[in-house]
Amino acid sequence: MGSLRRNVLLAATALVFSAGAAFADEDRPLRVAWDFEIDNLDQYYNTNREGIIFARHVWDALIYRNPDTFEYEPLLATDWEWADDTTIEMTLREGVTFHNGDSFSADDVVYTLNTVSDPDSGVLASRNVDWIESAEKLDDYRVRINLHEPFPAAFEYLSEAIPIYPGDYYREVGPEGMNENPVGTGPYQVESIDPQREYVLVRNEDYYEDSPKGIPAIRELHIRTITDKSTQMAELLSDGLDWVWRLPADQAERLERRPGFEVKFGEAMRIGYMGLDAAGRSGHEALQDVRVRKAIAHAIDRESIVENMVRGDARVIHAPCSPFQFGCDEDAAVKYDYDPDRARELLEEAGYGDGFEMTLYAFRDRRWTESILGYLADVGIDANMQFMQYFALRDLNHEGTTSAFHMDWGSYSIADASAVVSHFFKGSPDDFAQDEELQQWLEIADNSIDEEERLENYRNAIQRITEEVYWLPLHTFVISYAFTEDLDMQAYPDEIARYYTYSWKE
Amino acid sequence: MLRFLFRRLVMAAAVAVAVSLITFTLTNFASDPAIAMAGDTASAAEIQQIREREGFDRPLVVQYADWLSSAVVGDFGYSYRMRVPVSDLILSRIPVTMMLGGAALTFAIVLAIPMGVLAALRPNSWIDRTALGVAVLGQAMPTFWFALMMMVVFSVFLGWLPASGARSWQHFIMPAIALGYYATPAFMRLTRAGMLEVMRSDYIRTARAKGLRPHVVLFHHGLRNAIIPIVSLAAVQFGFMLGGSVVIETLFSMPGLGFLAWESISRADLPVIQAIVLVIAVFYVLLNLMADLANAYLDPRIRIG
Repeated sequence: MGSLRRNVLLAATALVFSAGAAFADEDRPLRVAWDFEIDNLDQYYNTNREGIIFARHVWDALIYRNPDTFEYEPLLATDWEWADDTTIEMTLREGVTFHNGDSFSADDVVYTLNTVSDPDSGVLASRNVDWIESAEKLDDYRVRINLHEPFPAAFEYLSEAIPIYPGDYYREVGPEGMNENPVGTGPYQVESIDPQREYVLVRNEDYYEDSPKGIPAIRELHIRTITDKSTQMAELLSDGLDWVWRLPADQAERLERRPGFEVKFGEAMRIGYMGLDAAGRSGHEALQDVRVRKAIAHAIDRESIVENMVRGDARVIHAPCSPFQFGCDEDAAVKYDYDPDRARELLEEAGYGDGFEMTLYAFRDRRWTESILGYLADVGIDANMQFMQYFALRDLNHEGTTSAFHMDWGSYSIADASAVVSHFFKGSPDDFAQDEELQQWLEIADNSIDEEERLENYRNAIQRITEEVYWLPLHTFVISYAFTEDLDMQAYPDEIARYYTYSWKE
Repeated sequence: MLRFLFRRLVMAAAVAVAVSLITFTLTNFASDPAIAMAGDTASAAEIQQIREREGFDRPLVVQYADWLSSAVVGDFGYSYRMRVPVSDLILSRIPVTMMLGGAALTFAIVLAIPMGVLAALRPNSWIDRTALGVAVLGQAMPTFWFALMMMVVFSVFLGWLPASGARSWQHFIMPAIALGYYATPAFMRLTRAGMLEVMRSDYIRTARAKGLRPHVVLFHHGLRNAIIPIVSLAAVQFGFMLGGSVVIETLFSMPGLGFLAWESISRADLPVIQAIVLVIAVFYVLLNLMADLANAYLDPRIRIG
């Protein structure tokens, strides 16, 4: 069905004319489409990416993490420091107002943090806030945050995952009211949310000048939910939209050749990997032998997959994490070249000279997985593909019934190796290694506030994972962006669209 | 007549309960709402926390009883995903689906009945064959493909119609045609067959023999009798269209029940899935009931027998 749809669009793109008249005008709205509707506009009750992007426009967090340099910069807080291992003190920015006119002060920070960190609040991504014990006001523009225990990633969460709400307003309307009428301090404010689920955001004209997010150049944002990629493309081609993203590579490349449009393939933090059940949770015999897993690593030509299928700025990776993440040291990884002869030798050694059967579970792209099946067949491994929906596959993984799975992971856009390595190898239901020494290294790496100590332990972990081939890291992902050529846009590796940095070309 | 109505209503309620029980069981087996709510990156502890807080760890029977006791008084609970009352959500989405279904049905009938009548008047002529061709084409083309082709032609090339959304009546044209065209052959064949049979019957000959004008014979005596099965079919097809609008609504990005169903299924939003299935099932049953009543009105034999 997918390829038939693409062919229809091929017919469209083959003939289409350039998009509507271009005029550089800050009043011209930017019309974009997202794949999913936002579950809940109150960021604390939302876990989908669209909601996260929405939140970055409407609210500010205390700290800003520069998406280019990964450095922390002042946002609603101008200064912050560890008073001790479990206490953070922050100085707040003065003269900031919320979209409803309330002025921002320590009370808002204290109310927001205490409300959402209360276990009874029922916030969804509770780990974003459950490290906070309490927040207290020192004076109008100074707050203290008390932690349950040392938590080195605190600034990471304070910088992105914890938007600050207007205290009085939130106390009055609660999560329900915030969902209906979101109010923040961010560069855009909500103008309307209509029953058709179109969000109209307008520039916050009182936005503080020295915000690292900058004053938006485009005054209005119109955001629609269009699930079908072909429909998004038809809207883009018929001048109903200015910007879409995540088009399949072939569609995006075709669009690139059209006059009037531009396409970008930005490398993302998301990585592809093949997981192998080394611990034997699924009961698969052969995969418990490290020689077999090494054979699989040698059997797959990752360079060719990247070059021919993933394309763009994607690259092969050897470490089980993103090159954009702190602690992800590629040099610590054991590298496996494409060497089918070596793979056959290893299988022979392991007593599987005649090959064996296995099931490879996958959800992302049939063709990518099929190419892996081809490489495996080449060395005598008879793998059949079980293609399913992401959530269904994840459930199976949690039950431990999958012996091999071809998946990918976006790390929740957190530029820290803990968001991927520790997520999968610290004994969670996703852990198919069950390696206690590895878990200990990760425990230290995750909880130390000494950077060197963290790096060293992640290096150990990366080496162990690749040496044992618990995972075969495959490649980074690229995200395609397609837009009218008079739009100036920048792509970021964390898969967050930042419209406040976009502008119309003169 | 009242007994007939009462019996049908009891049956409708039984169907609704059965459908809700099946949906509840299947969706609970197929997906775990706690996992879906917790999001992509949730830890096992977070998932467990949500499971306990929302009561997903209780036995299914208890959860179902809990749901049913609220549902019978019209309380369908809250959407897991959006945290708004399910009934509000459904009510806000019904108009688009109803309009789409109505427009599609109108399109199908307006196209199919005249074609069916014409085809029946001249069986095996070129008119008959053309009508058959048009109808078969409608059934042979995959709906999404036909919809995309229209989008390419009318939105991308010609720029006459908006490609997606549901803001104005223009937005409904392509989706209604895409959805309605598929139902056309059934209506046409039924009209044609009905007309062929009716026009051969004795009372038509009698009517002609009385010297009635041809169009009176055709419309008053012929079509009125031939149309009785069409009423039942229309009810069934309308039910199909409400349920089958998932693809079309998703493709054209129309915020109706179908789109909501698609989104809810992909996020394991059980209360919403439950309510949508129930609403569509109840509609279906009611439509059939209405079709029976309409038939009874059109055909006294059904009323009396």
